Amino acid sequence: MTDSKYFTTTKKGEIFELKAELNSDKKEKKKEAVKKVIASMTVGKDVSALFPDVVNCMQTDNLELKKLVYLYLMNYAKSQPDMAIMAVNTFVKDCEDPNPLIRALAVRTMGCIRVDKITEYLCEPLRKCLKDEDPYVRKTAAVCVAKLHDINAQLVEDQGFLDTLKDLISDSNPMVVANAVAALSEIAESHPSSNLLDLNPQSINKLLTALNECTEWGQIFILDCLANYTPKDDREAQSICERVTPRLSHANSAVVLSAVKVLMKFMEMLSKDLDYYGTLLKKLAPPLVTLLSAEPELQYVALRNINLIVQKRPEILKHEMKVFFVKYNDPIYVKLEKLDIMIRLASQANIAQVLAELKEYATEVDVDFVRKAVRAIGRCAIKVEQSAERCVSTLLDLIQTKVNYVVQEAIVVIKDIFRKYPNKYESVIATLCENLDSLDEPEARAAMIWIVGEYAERIDNADELLESFLEGFHDESTQVQLQLLTAIVKLFLKKPTETQELVQQVLSLATQDSDNPDLRDRGYIYWRLLSTDPVAAKEVVLAEKPLISEETDLIEPTLLDELICYIGTLASVYHKPPSAFVEGGRGVVHKSLPPRSASSESTESPEAAPTGAPSAEQPDVIPPQGDLLGDLLNLDLGPPVSGPPLATSSVQMGAVDLLGGGLDSLIGSTNFTAPPAAAVPANLGAPIGSGLSDLFDLTSGVGTLSGSYVAPKAVWLPAMKAKGLEISGTFTRQVGSISMDLQLTNKALQVMTDFAIQFNRNSFGLAPAAPLQVHAPLSPNQTVEISLPLSTVGSVMKMEPLNNLQVAVKNNIDVFYFSTLYPLHILFVEDGKMDRQMFLGTWKDIPNENEAQFQIRDCPLNAEAVSSKLQSSNIFTIAKRNVEGQDMLYQSLKLTNGIWVLAELRIQPGNPSLTLSLKCRAPEVSQHVYQAYETILKN
Amino acid sequence: MIHSLFLINSSGDIFLEKHWKSVVSRSVCDYFFEAQERATEAENVPPVIPTPHHYLLSVYRHKIFFVAVIQTEVPPLFVIEFLHRVVDTFQDYFGVCSEPVIKDNVVVVYEVLEEMLDNGFPLATESNILKELIKPPTILRTVVNTITGSTNVGDQLPTGQLSVVPWRRTGVKYTNNEAYFDVIEEIDAIIDKSGSTITAEIQGVIDACVKLTGMPDLTLSFMNPRLLDDVSFHPCVRFKRWESERILSFIPPDGNFRLLSYHVSAQNLVAIPVYVKHSINFRDSSSLGRFEITVGPKQTMGKAIEGVIVTSQMPKGVLNMSLTPSQGMHTFDPVTKMLSWDVGKINPQKLPSLKGTMSLQAGASKPDENPTINLQFKIQQLAISGLKVNRLDMYGEKYKPFKGIKYMTKAGKFQVRT
Repeated sequence: MTDSKYFTTTKKGEIFELKAELNSDKKEKKKEAVKKVIASMTVGKDVSALFPDVVNCMQTDNLELKKLVYLYLMNYAKSQPDMAIMAVNTFVKDCEDPNPLIRALAVRTMGCIRVDKITEYLCEPLRKCLKDEDPYVRKTAAVCVAKLHDINAQLVEDQGFLDTLKDLISDSNPMVVANAVAALSEIAESHPSSNLLDLNPQSINKLLTALNECTEWGQIFILDCLANYTPKDDREAQSICERVTPRLSHANSAVVLSAVKVLMKFMEMLSKDLDYYGTLLKKLAPPLVTLLSAEPELQYVALRNINLIVQKRPEILKHEMKVFFVKYNDPIYVKLEKLDIMIRLASQANIAQVLAELKEYATEVDVDFVRKAVRAIGRCAIKVEQSAERCVSTLLDLIQTKVNYVVQEAIVVIKDIFRKYPNKYESVIATLCENLDSLDEPEARAAMIWIVGEYAERIDNADELLESFLEGFHDESTQVQLQLLTAIVKLFLKKPTETQELVQQVLSLATQDSDNPDLRDRGYIYWRLLSTDPVAAKEVVLAEKPLISEETDLIEPTLLDELICYIGTLASVYHKPPSAFVEGGRGVVHKSLPPRSASSESTESPEAAPTGAPSAEQPDVIPPQGDLLGDLLNLDLGPPVSGPPLATSSVQMGAVDLLGGGLDSLIGSTNFTAPPAAAVPANLGAPIGSGLSDLFDLTSGVGTLSGSYVAPKAVWLPAMKAKGLEISGTFTRQVGSISMDLQLTNKALQVMTDFAIQFNRNSFGLAPAAPLQVHAPLSPNQTVEISLPLSTVGSVMKMEPLNNLQVAVKNNIDVFYFSTLYPLHILFVEDGKMDRQMFLGTWKDIPNENEAQFQIRDCPLNAEAVSSKLQSSNIFTIAKRNVEGQDMLYQSLKLTNGIWVLAELRIQPGNPSLTLSLKCRAPEVSQHVYQAYETILKN
Repeated sequence: MIHSLFLINSSGDIFLEKHWKSVVSRSVCDYFFEAQERATEAENVPPVIPTPHHYLLSVYRHKIFFVAVIQTEVPPLFVIEFLHRVVDTFQDYFGVCSEPVIKDNVVVVYEVLEEMLDNGFPLATESNILKELIKPPTILRTVVNTITGSTNVGDQLPTGQLSVVPWRRTGVKYTNNEAYFDVIEEIDAIIDKSGSTITAEIQGVIDACVKLTGMPDLTLSFMNPRLLDDVSFHPCVRFKRWESERILSFIPPDGNFRLLSYHVSAQNLVAIPVYVKHSINFRDSSSLGRFEITVGPKQTMGKAIEGVIVTSQMPKGVLNMSLTPSQGMHTFDPVTKMLSWDVGKINPQKLPSLKGTMSLQAGASKPDENPTINLQFKIQQLAISGLKVNRLDMYGEKYKPFKGIKYMTKAGKFQVRT
């Protein structure tokens, strides 16, 4: 007597038979028939034809039969809307039933019938049930509102159900509260603008009370809802944290992770000096570790989240390295995540253990995993400098195993190690060369060729080695071809005598026989370089390469902060903001971590010295392999472009333009050894310039020649106050020099002579670089224009406001004093372009409390215009990103006294207001930098 | 919230589907099948799969994929936890959770699923509440139902859902009042070649079977509660008392439940009860290799080690193995290369060993990877962490219950690298 019998009647006329049974007089037979119908339904058979017959069975006292019919109705009402109306009456009647179970069941089922016509009839019973005396009915009704909203949102709003639902948040029963929160959250998701969950300290308190008493699932809803609240100060944040921490001991991992989310978010508001802060950090580690002993699927989600947590607050898990060690029967998706976290946690203290583990993994069966493990060793070497030697010897051991894919991966990572620690481990080159023949993957071949080219002078048979690759030149992938071309040119420059033939061969292969424009163009550039000016070629091709450092596979700090707010959600699994993948992108609201509150700020020194930043705690960043190789390939075009993809592509554009436009002039007339600023030939004007100037900007960060924005002259010293001498002036910055343009007017009746000027000590050490030279005496009503060059080497004293300059002017009559405010942008120096990696690192380094945000209103410019405008005043755009239609510009500038200011400028199309976030170690300059921005952009 | 659920067997047939909102076409599972094909083994299918309009979250248990479909941003852990709960519930209802059993009880399954979620929101997931709503099938009940025409759907309001202790039924009566607690610990460990411990941790649980009349209020105290690094409680446990006094105070659910799970991490020294001596030699360019392993007790506090099973995945190059065990049975599957040796109990006087030769692919070089040895064992009457229950008291009821506490240690993921 099992249910499988219901599946067996698959003969013809089955529907017909069932119909007869459903209309049978015998109760038992009816029930059996309904069961058969349900069974057919569950396996996806279409039994909708039986609709009227099944609905007829609904008028019954038998609870099971009723439930079964309800199940059927929910499935098929949509396809038979007219028939479904027949059922309405029964529902309405059941909603009045004395038994709360029946009432709840009826209201629950009604909500699942997704037929417009029925929903109208639903409203009245639902309204009653929302106010039912029985909490079980109320909580079911709360969910029903969400269902109804899904079917007909307008109806729900018109009927005022949303308000009733909000009232339920204050219900006495925790289960009702939890369901109301869940329903509201779901509704809010499709209505991002509406302020459904209006959280205030009172409602938060109610939620926290309900949190302790409701079911585990309810706790998840409440915690997720709490996470959206921003406490007003650190005290409130702490008290919420205290009440949330017990949830970390819940058996349900989803509850734990939601609690972690709330804590991670609110922790941001707590001062690090607080004892409680430390306690909280300690409390977070064990539950996270315990999540890793759960089922593999749970582990996976937990690991993805831990990956974020480790990046944000590495101190939480720094002692828990061992729990991330891989067990050989972990599913591959768990293994790879663990490996990633291991590298993030690797430090000098645990590197020995980590390396031993990684070496063990490199002998496992799973090829993908083995490869990742080998790469991980390389990443460790770059990350933990002290371990580099160990890593290299481990890699050599692995190369000795001669397992093909291990060797190839090892060579790829050794190349990276060479770039990080040049001239240190070259002794291993011989071993690498032995394995030349076994390399069959383009990436490994390219890496090996790079090594041979780079160290050609130490490899006796470098020419033979490279020549051997040349034979099959056209069968190689582009990556290898480009690398081979560069390597041979390097070889030629190092050993010109023996390799002339080789280099000619490769140049002709690249330029004449290849269809690949990149390869051809690079070939031509080398060719011209070599034929016109071998010295310049040497400078370019063998230029010193900047070290690769702990670069980025770290998540960008702003994105990371956003993702921390999404711990435990799909966004945290994908490491993408929800807007990037949520269906339809229904205007998802951006979340951000709460700023540290005012009261806590006072406890921390606002003037963090530049060196005082806790850089040791910052997790290291290592580039994804692809990027690295990209860098390598671009290496010889100019110093490596580790800039954003945008910048990289513009360089390539530039190169193409060069060939198309003024190659001759460039190569012919330019001496690459000269300072790049002078190397921009005047005839390469604007059209090519865009690509070209980018190219040069990236290489040396030289600004344009046009100079910064100059404000119109303003009257500084009115004649009234200075016995007839009127001084007006402005500040300019041109080609690296600052000057004060003065206009002196004699409004007195006597001749003025013997002018001199002096500055009081000021914040940036501005001082006249030359005496004030007024050659002829100034007769009455005469005006003279003078440009006074300024230097920034004068003595320094902090002024209030910061850009205040007190000036004394003397003439034959008297000494006059006035003070003026200089625009800060005259202090922006030409080499204020930060390297992208450095930018990322610095942005992270600077504590969040140093961040200042400003609005620049009424500035209807697009990103390009903004960027070029700012560029002319030495504010350099390092990267541009487009996030959901908004342009984000990342910019840097440097003041004459070496203070870096990093900026993020958000431009929304159609919105004339720009949002400017500034980060600087000396936060007091932010305000003035903002003013400078505003002046530049508005003029 | 959770939109739909599909149950898929290992041959890729969808044998049950349930929708809590609108019907999602089963063609959405094609994305799952693609992922399944890419993953070489069922265990390796990623638990979160994005599709253009939905997300598929799955768990794999008892050779069945439970695939949940969601459409909006829902916490994935919530979905995965819920899926595991579904599996646990099925197991609880039917004893085993397998395709034939689910098919046999499809109506109950459907009814249970309907009660567990409403519109994708969890409704009743506590097994004792579910059982009040829908009685689990028993042979007797099936017979009675057929004769009397009654049903296995309860028509009581699940009273527990409304009370302050939603996990407990009211009006419970027993003639014999008993409370049993099992302290079960699992050691997860990785031991390296040389026998030293790389990482070891203990996952412990206290499972209880409480059959007490009325509303008993229990307290359970430990001799050494500080041992526990991280604890997760059944909702019945009063967290405040634990925080302040390190005492478990609770009104228990009726019947079987997990009172507590805890974690003793690698920081505390974890005793390793067994060791494995191994010498596995793949001689280069010879078609014979030598294989020898011995298992022996280490820190067992004088208790016997039972139920020892040694398994190891041998490298592909091993064609066959000819071994002799000093005790127990062994098998080697030349297709999957899985070696399994059921040792049984370890006699410290005469250590069990397995010796012999491996026939290797002729001419092939030494295998790239070393086999890892997986160990299972049990030790009765011992909690390896040293955790001991001090006393169990009952308040709120007058009768004297019968109390019992049992300890057991098992191997969890216990791996020895060679």
